[in-house]
Amino acid sequence: MSAPPLLDVRDVSKVFTMGGVLSRKQIRAVNEVSFALSTETPEIFTIIGESGSGKTTLARMIFGSDVPTSGELKFEGRDIAARRGADRLAFMARVQPIFQNPFEAFNPLKRVDRYLASTARRFLNARTEAEMEGPMDEALHHVGLSLKEVKGRFPHELSGGQLQRTAIARALISQPSVIVADEPVSMVDASLRMAIVNLFKRLRDELGVTIIYITHDLATAYYISDRIIIMQKGHVVEMGPARPILEAPQHPYSQLLKRSVLSFDDAGRGLITRSGREEVDTSAEALVKGRLEPAEDGRLVRVG
Amino acid sequence: MADDILTVEGLKAYYQMNYFGVEREVRAVDDVTMRVMANEIYGIAGESSSGKTSFIKVLAAAIRPPFRIVDGRVTYRFNGKPIDVAHAGEDEIAKIRWKHLSYIMQGSMSVLNPVRRVRSTFEDFAFRPMGLKRDAFWEAVEAHLARLHLEPGVLRAYPHELSGGMRQRVTIALATVCRPEFIIADEPTTALDVVVQKDVLAMIREVQQALGSSVVFVTHDMSVHANVTDRLAIVYAGRIVEEAPTRTIFTAARHPYTRHLVASLPRIGDTSPKPSLEGRPPSLAEPPAGCRFHPRCPIAVERCRREVPVLEERPGGHRVACFRADEALPAEKILNVEEPLS
Ligand SMILES: Nc1ncnc2c1ncn2[C@@H]1O[C@H](COP(=O)(O)OP(=O)(O)OP(=O)(O)O)[C@@H](O)[C@H]1O
Ligand SMILES: Nc1ncnc2c1ncn2[C@@H]1O[C@H](COP(=O)(O)OP(=O)(O)OP(=O)(O)O)[C@@H](O)[C@H]1O
Ligand code: SF4
Ligand SMILES: [Mg+2]
Ligand SMILES: [Mg+2]
Repeated sequence: MSAPPLLDVRDVSKVFTMGGVLSRKQIRAVNEVSFALSTETPEIFTIIGESGSGKTTLARMIFGSDVPTSGELKFEGRDIAARRGADRLAFMARVQPIFQNPFEAFNPLKRVDRYLASTARRFLNARTEAEMEGPMDEALHHVGLSLKEVKGRFPHELSGGQLQRTAIARALISQPSVIVADEPVSMVDASLRMAIVNLFKRLRDELGVTIIYITHDLATAYYISDRIIIMQKGHVVEMGPARPILEAPQHPYSQLLKRSVLSFDDAGRGLITRSGREEVDTSAEALVKGRLEPAEDGRLVRVG
Repeated sequence: MADDILTVEGLKAYYQMNYFGVEREVRAVDDVTMRVMANEIYGIAGESSSGKTSFIKVLAAAIRPPFRIVDGRVTYRFNGKPIDVAHAGEDEIAKIRWKHLSYIMQGSMSVLNPVRRVRSTFEDFAFRPMGLKRDAFWEAVEAHLARLHLEPGVLRAYPHELSGGMRQRVTIALATVCRPEFIIADEPTTALDVVVQKDVLAMIREVQQALGSSVVFVTHDMSVHANVTDRLAIVYAGRIVEEAPTRTIFTAARHPYTRHLVASLPRIGDTSPKPSLEGRPPSLAEPPAGCRFHPRCPIAVERCRREVPVLEERPGGHRVACFRADEALPAEKILNVEEPLS
């Protein structure tokens, strides 16, 4: 029998209930999502989608911060939600998150180097300053920072990009096998963005780390991804090899996404127009009724 | 000029700290002079930690120690009445906030109270300035949310119940619902997918044109600048190094740093090596002498190490701070094309 997949996501759904007793409303944030990542071939698996389509919710279930309403998530063959105690800690060291908004992810009252140190203490069992600082400095160097630059500083004393890179460095400390990166480059300029996605490539190719890369940036997604899923309203609408899909998307929403990427052709003419989103059928009912069907290049496209 | 709604003159604003008896000064805004006219969108671009947020914190009169204004003036003219927010008192500033001047902060959570529903935040900030009856007020708020593709249901949510991009749109809605004359926005669309981003940018432009208001729009994303701004300033290490009508920046930039930025724009389907700048962004605590760009500039000469180039006015509303701005240099020389960081 072959080894179980590294990560197995099967028919996972998440329903939230919002509002008071009188105005209760159910939100289907994630709807029957399935995919598997293999142990043998580390990859960059990209999730792109509409704002509010369930990407962060799916990510939170993968690194174990939230449990699915239905369906299963397994890491190396074992249920993620069922892990407790030392077993859970070991899992957390191996599957590390990078949170969406660094301004929210950091405790504003805690110096950022203390935050990194607590990660080193927790996962590397580091006790002395020297034991902690070595891995911290190394992780910071991967993202173009150094311990000297961040030492003693509070989150608000760093720029948005510096804080985002510190968040990435924190995730590297425990030398994880999976990194779930929720919009890790949205806060940084184009040149740093390239440096960070190149770092992801290097982690994949040299250290065998699998990266789940959530992004709104189609250009870097094209540049580094092996596979991609495109989400809308909690549903996967297209899934498969990244480049063919981004070159010639088939689902109407994927096509709209590609069309909406801003161009430079009319720079400075102030001609920006609406996306025409209303013209694409985006009703939740249609999505629920549809199903994923195999199409060319081994991709799946939601039809019906 | 009569049309100026904001004039900034010789502005210097530093973080002045004292760590265990050692003075440390971060010169995040260093001698900035610029103006924003009525009815325009003025963009500010620059790499991470170049001082963009610091600069507009001063414009928004939202600074606190250890950040201090060391020199200069920041004068707004609302209804023809000048007010220098670099020196005005807190009560004078309170009078213009929200109604005349609104500020969308980077990261945006700070205005949303985590333990209160979004609805209460709208009530706190917008009800009085809008001066409408209750029903009309909520109708206006819901109509405004719809422009940002938000359902009225978000009003009932707590901030943590919304996705990152939904929260970002809620803060944009808060800052624009009172239809202020001057909007300062710091990376307001970084958390949005490209479809929603396009609609939000179009909305900002529509609101701005309908009211003839002014917007200062900060982002590192050059494609956003290309599509919404009328004029664009490029900031490097706390200084404006080039400023021009946006089209000029994309087609006829003169500063080597700007030309590098424009040349390295990412495009889908392109996996070719991008030009990259050598060296690291400068430290604002110990900025390089002379032209701050000189350690990374592929065409630097001896003079650049000693003298600070001034931001000189050229024809076509174009300002550039570079000693070699007039030389016709081959693009390869300026752009320094090499392998990306691996
Ligand atoms: N704790 C919660 N309680 C109630 N609803 C929630 C909660 N967390 C998320 N949601 C809802 O679930 C849906 C999906 O949210 P999620 O954060 O996963 O979206 P996303 O794809 O990450 O969006 P973005 O690109 O804007 O970050 C949204 O409608 C959101 O309002
Ligand atoms: N409260 C503070 N105390 C000390 N230094 C600070 C403080 N806030 C910012 N800085 C420093 O000032 C410099 C400029 O930061 P700023 O936030 O203005 O950059 P930015 O251009 O907005 O960058 P980004 O694109 O990453 O948001 C950085 O070196 C930053 O570390
Ligand atoms: S002044 Fe000198 S160093 Fe500065 S940008 Fe111009 S050529 Fe380069
Ligand atoms: Mg999200
Ligand atoms: Mg900033």
